[in-house]
Amino acid sequence: MEKEVTVTIGLKKGISDPEGKNVTKALSLLGFSSVKDVTVNKRYVITLDVESEEQIEQSVREMTEKLLANPVIHHYDIAW
Amino acid sequence: MIEMRPQDIHACIVRIEGTNNEDEMYRAFKNVGATPHLVHLNELKTLDPYQCIMIPGGFSAGDYVRAGAIFASRIRSRLFDELLDFVDHGYPVGGICNGFQVLVELGLLPGDGEPGEVTACLAENDSARFECRHSLLLRTPSNPCAFTSRLPEGERLMVPSAHAEGKLLLAGGIRAYKRIEERGQVLFKYVNYANETEAPYPWNPNGSPHNIAGICNEKGNVFGMMPHPERAFDIENENGYAGRTLFESLIRYIGETF
Repeated sequence: MEKEVTVTIGLKKGISDPEGKNVTKALSLLGFSSVKDVTVNKRYVITLDVESEEQIEQSVREMTEKLLANPVIHHYDIAW
Repeated sequence: MIEMRPQDIHACIVRIEGTNNEDEMYRAFKNVGATPHLVHLNELKTLDPYQCIMIPGGFSAGDYVRAGAIFASRIRSRLFDELLDFVDHGYPVGGICNGFQVLVELGLLPGDGEPGEVTACLAENDSARFECRHSLLLRTPSNPCAFTSRLPEGERLMVPSAHAEGKLLLAGGIRAYKRIEERGQVLFKYVNYANETEAPYPWNPNGSPHNIAGICNEKGNVFGMMPHPERAFDIENENGYAGRTLFESLIRYIGETF
């Protein structure tokens, strides 16, 4: 069966997010005074062909840890 | 023991789509008398013919996912065990800029985890910009390293930097930085004219903690740095000759060791 899985990669707490800070500043310059902070995440949408739902978690976790995220700076969420 | 002649030293400069400093690297090896080879990773079947592996700078695989991550994963899928053996035998493996990012993503630098375990990251510059200017580097006290053995401690080099992700973050935080300093793995720090190793931006172009610009593994045969010594080598690129000593060190190390 085909399944679409979403992996969201974000920076761990305490890791600086220069891109987020820049977006925060730009939004504030545009007059959006309510913006207090922006964090930038990256989202991968992966289409899998799997036999069962049980396979998804383990294989996507493995993909994420091997390539999509660097464990030193990133946390991630897997959803489908 | 007869020392290897420079021309008998074969350096493999590994490229994939998006690397763009292989020509400077090639000329650097040629200019110190060695025999460089430009080899696409897809055509690299074995490391046997080589005494040195270098990963050049650029934007390998478009820097997709993370800088260096795709190049690293392609090495992992084909040649990783052989590369680990190569390193175990003491042969030098180096990475400049994007090449440094690749070695970090392979877990070869700082090399303090299990084989292949990633324990560091070259994260986005604090400025959130591509930083492109000359950097003043201080050769810090460190272990004998294949790449710096002919460069005296305390020496300074002016070498071009050009990167967007150069901030060295280590798993384990403060203790990890202390550990690599104590183990003599820090090769270069960004400094100002007063030699201050905490000199701020723009001396430190990326916000790297402790101004670290380059490191090696504990054994000293795997090394990486963000600035480009291969671009400071030749009258034609008008960046001076400061990088020459590093390539001479490498050739000397290989000649004396193998």
